[in-house]
Order: sequence, then structure tokens, then C-alpha cells
Amino acid sequence: MVNIIWACMAIIGIIYAMFNGTMEEVNKAVFESAQEAVTLSIALMSILVFWLGIMKVAEAAKILKALSSLFKPIITKLFPEIPPQHPAIGYILANFTANMFGLGNAATPMGIKAMEEMKQLSGSKEASRSMITFLALNTSGLTLIPTTVIAIRMQFKSLAPTEIVGTTILASLISLTGAIIVDRICYHIDKRKHQ
Amino acid sequence: MAIISLISTWFIPCFILLVLLLATGKKLPTYELFVEGGKEGVKMAFSLLPFLLGMLVSITILRSSGFIDAFIQVISPILSFFGIPPDIVPLALIRPISGTAALGMTTELISTHGPDSFIGRLASTMQGSTDTTLYILTIYFGAVQIKKMRYALKVGLVADLIGIMASIIIVTIIFS
Repeated sequence: MVNIIWACMAIIGIIYAMFNGTMEEVNKAVFESAQEAVTLSIALMSILVFWLGIMKVAEAAKILKALSSLFKPIITKLFPEIPPQHPAIGYILANFTANMFGLGNAATPMGIKAMEEMKQLSGSKEASRSMITFLALNTSGLTLIPTTVIAIRMQFKSLAPTEIVGTTILASLISLTGAIIVDRICYHIDKRKHQ
Repeated sequence: MAIISLISTWFIPCFILLVLLLATGKKLPTYELFVEGGKEGVKMAFSLLPFLLGMLVSITILRSSGFIDAFIQVISPILSFFGIPPDIVPLALIRPISGTAALGMTTELISTHGPDSFIGRLASTMQGSTDTTLYILTIYFGAVQIKKMRYALKVGLVADLIGIMASIIIVTIIFS
């Protein structure tokens, strides 16, 4: 699926550019976006190194374990395949917490660490059920306080920059619930197909 | 707002403080642990690079060819028939694909329509309540070298659709 989407985006783009006369833009875009990806990776590296370092200390100090036992009932329901005492749960919770406060920088390294733990659990190159549930929750936006949007609204002199916090939380909750339901449905369809 | 920004700025430093205090109290080799964890970060960032670069180049080709704009023009009459304001359609379509493009569009919509207009509020809610599905899948699966995503993309995109529709309905009900 990813292979098809990835190839199709480029194929459609290049063919469309032939008829639209935008080949020059496309040509420039290839090299500029490649450079942008490298810049982005370097920026990510600084965050990854710092947070994975801190989280290693937190893990050794058993802070992650304390966090996971606090929210165990909800998490074990959402991720039935992960044993309750497993470190993956601690990282998942750390990722969710960081996301909720709009700290995307801190959320990504913890999420990657959670994925790594889940990969060790499944021991396969394929996405596991827990991984997909985890990413479904991440893509549906766990933000409680949309700091970037509030900042933009302030910049354009909104009379009430934070008035969208309520609607954002409500919309997030609905898409979160939707994500969990769709994830469960897809899992069961997939399971039946492979039987 | 003052409290919110206070929490945002205090949260991370206080978390670091808590970790270091507890670890030092337990007599753990904090610096060595930090370096050990940091090494993993370097490895991850390098293994991530090809995934990120490939995806970004492909998306940028599609966008710079003008195809996305043309596609939006074709389907916006259909969407506005269902009560979706045409101004918001590009944002709704780009949100799951490109985070930077979506942020640019949100800023543009807020600046032209005003932050307190219907479109401005809708764009704000949409931007805040969904995330860049393709980017998240690329980063997370890429970092741990997962090649088969199975039904992950389907789930992510349907969740985006639900979030976008929820934003439109909620903003319409609350602000009008």
C-alpha cells in the first residue's frame, strides 16, 4: 500500500507537470525537498539524542514504571497484547502526556522508543496490532492545548485567541473515539482474512 | 492564556529536574545513562533519514506540479454541495499529507478571513484537532524499520476524515 501511494504521488506529479508546464518547479522541488529532509533529520537528531538520554535515566530511576501503573487499567484495555509491566507502556504514556501538552518535540522520541519496545515484543518486520493502535491514537491528534494555533491567532490580533480550545478538544475526542473504533474494526477484518 | 503558557514552559524543565533528583537519590550513574540513551538517538536519526527524504520528495513533486490545486478545484463544488465551505477544502485535504503546508494554509486562512471569523475558527480547530498522518507513519515506522504497515494507513486516514467532519459540525453548532 505504501509503495503504491509513494510511487503514485511522484508519477502523477511528473506526468501532470508535463501538461501543466510546471516541470521547472518539479525539478527544483526534488532537490529542495531532499535538502529539507536532511535538515529535518538533523533537527530531529538533536531532540532524539536529548530525550532518549533523559528517558534512559528516567527508566533506570523507575519513573516510567510508576507512570504506567497509574494508568494501567485504561492502557491494558487499549493494548491487550502488551504485558502490563512491560516498559512499552511507560513510553506510550510518556508520548501521550507530551502530546497532550503540545510538546511535539518531546513526544516523538518517546513514541519511537515505544515503537521499538513493541517491535521487540512482536519480533517481526510487520506492524503489530499494538503499533497500529498506538499510531491511530497519535494521528488523531491528542492535543489538549493547541499552542501553535493559539500563537497564530494572537499574531493576527484575535479578540479571543483561546476560544478554539474547547472546540479543538471536542473535535479531538470525537476523532480519537473514531480512531479506536476504526482500529478495532480493521483488526478484526484483518484477522478474519488471515484465518 | 498566561497559565497555559506558564505550564508549557515549566513542564519540561520540571520533568528533567524530577528525573535527575530521583536518579541521583537512587545513586544511579546519571551521565553515563544519558549518554547511552543519546547514542540510540543518533542511530535512529540516521536510519530515519531515507524514509523521511523519500516521502518528502514524493509529496513535494505532487504539490509543486500543481496537481493538488487542480484536484481541489475539481472537487470543491461537490464538497460545498454537502455544506463544506470551499475555502476550507484545501486545508482539509492537505492536513494528513503535509504538516508544514497545512500550517501555512491555516495561517493564510486566518490572515485573510480574520481569526474570529467562521473560517478562521474552523481552520484553527481543524489544525489543532488532527495530525499529519503520513508524516507520523513515516517517522515511527521508519525509525524502527517496519516495512509492512498493514492497515495502519487506512485507520489513520479514516480518523482524519472523522476529525475534519467533527470540526466542521462542532464549529458550526458552537459559533453560529
